[in-house]
Amino acid sequence: MIRSGGIVVGPVTGKRHVKMRNGGTVVRVAAPVWALVQRFYFLLLILAAVALMLVARMDPVLVDQARARATDAFAPLLSVLARPAAAVANVIETGREILDLYDENARLREENARLQQWQQAALRLEAENKSLRSLLAYRPDPAASFVTARVVGDPGGAFVRTVVLTAGRRDGVQRGQAAMAGQGLIGRVVQVGEWSSRVLLITDINARIPVVLEQSRQRAMLSGDNSDRPKLMYVPRDAQVAVGERVFTSGHGGLFPPGLPVGTVEAVTAEGEVRVSPLVDLSRIEHVQIVDFGGAGGLAAEAVQPGAMQ
Amino acid sequence: MAVGVWHRLDQTARHLLPSASTVLLMLVGMVPMQLPGWSSVAPPLALMSIFYWAVHRPDLLRPSVVFLIGVLQDLLSGTPLGLTPLAFVLSYWLLLTQRRFFLGTSFLVLWYGFALVAFGAGAVQWAVFSLIAVDLLDARPVAMQALLATVLFPIPAALFQRLHRAYLS
Repeated sequence: MIRSGGIVVGPVTGKRHVKMRNGGTVVRVAAPVWALVQRFYFLLLILAAVALMLVARMDPVLVDQARARATDAFAPLLSVLARPAAAVANVIETGREILDLYDENARLREENARLQQWQQAALRLEAENKSLRSLLAYRPDPAASFVTARVVGDPGGAFVRTVVLTAGRRDGVQRGQAAMAGQGLIGRVVQVGEWSSRVLLITDINARIPVVLEQSRQRAMLSGDNSDRPKLMYVPRDAQVAVGERVFTSGHGGLFPPGLPVGTVEAVTAEGEVRVSPLVDLSRIEHVQIVDFGGAGGLAAEAVQPGAMQ
Repeated sequence: MAVGVWHRLDQTARHLLPSASTVLLMLVGMVPMQLPGWSSVAPPLALMSIFYWAVHRPDLLRPSVVFLIGVLQDLLSGTPLGLTPLAFVLSYWLLLTQRRFFLGTSFLVLWYGFALVAFGAGAVQWAVFSLIAVDLLDARPVAMQALLATVLFPIPAALFQRLHRAYLS
């Protein structure tokens, strides 16, 4: 009190003086720090981005959960946004269908005649199969069950090939299940939220599917590389791979049940690279069937291919 | 008093426009178009939005928000986490240093600026993804994507300009 009375002339001016000096010190200390933060703000954000990448590497489960939550939260919005796009696509499709109605009709007539022959063959084989199985006491695979979902998101970009579906855990979808559209396999479930899920398409750079060729019975690994035509890996040089040969899942590794059609061999280059054309047009999937084969799919398969996505 | 509250609400809503439009465009970009070959070269609509607002109203689209939008995009699209925020923040940085130049009167300059940013962001993403995949990836889809984005840029830019004039001036 004495000192303050001694130094400062008046209480009011003194107060002001002290306040100013305090503000001065705060500014003097904080300003450079703030300037430093400002200066390195972008650097900090960039470091944060790199840190996120490292976290995703170290704890993929946590990141997967975050992805599932975020997808769950935005799936309803995506679903609403996808409606008009689907409607427009439908109108265009209808227009095109009307234009080649005549050709389509002729084609279908021909195909129908051929399929009816196949039906006869299939019925005969089924009966024969049944009788032979009864002789062998063969245990059939458990019947498959389906969950059908709409595609609401196709995030695209140059690096990933995935689609987001409107079915999740509460519909019975599990990680690792096979996703089919129409006749063929399109991928597998890699992320499951409450009411949304994500399918990694067979063309994605991370997709690896054990397959077998129909005629040569040659085993191989179907390996996506983000192009529209995944390639076959681990095909021996002397293997006889014919263009047009059909490709099925082999069931090795327990990832998928054997015998799901995937595509046909499209080209074999001179260097022995085999490209497969998927049965399903992956850019125009509207609905997807998630298939539960009741066998050792799902989590058991995850142990074979852990961390399919970063 | 009531007028003040409404006024402030209105003001906040207007100020949210840049970030909200960016998020919305990002979601629109994820809608399945069912066009063959489209999804691999689908233009990055969010980047266009970030470009426009970072040049015209950087005060309403902070770098931290841009970062968060990038994280959201990574979570939703399944790309490696951290890839998109990195590209977005680097683009934003580049933009802020060259902002005066881009703010020039001519739209051509703005267009040119976007081409730079689009190819730059594509290159960053390509480099990082190649690093993660430990493989030199095919750069053609990225280049095509940037090219398509550059060609289409005037359409969203006109939309942003309308929004900008209608709500933020």
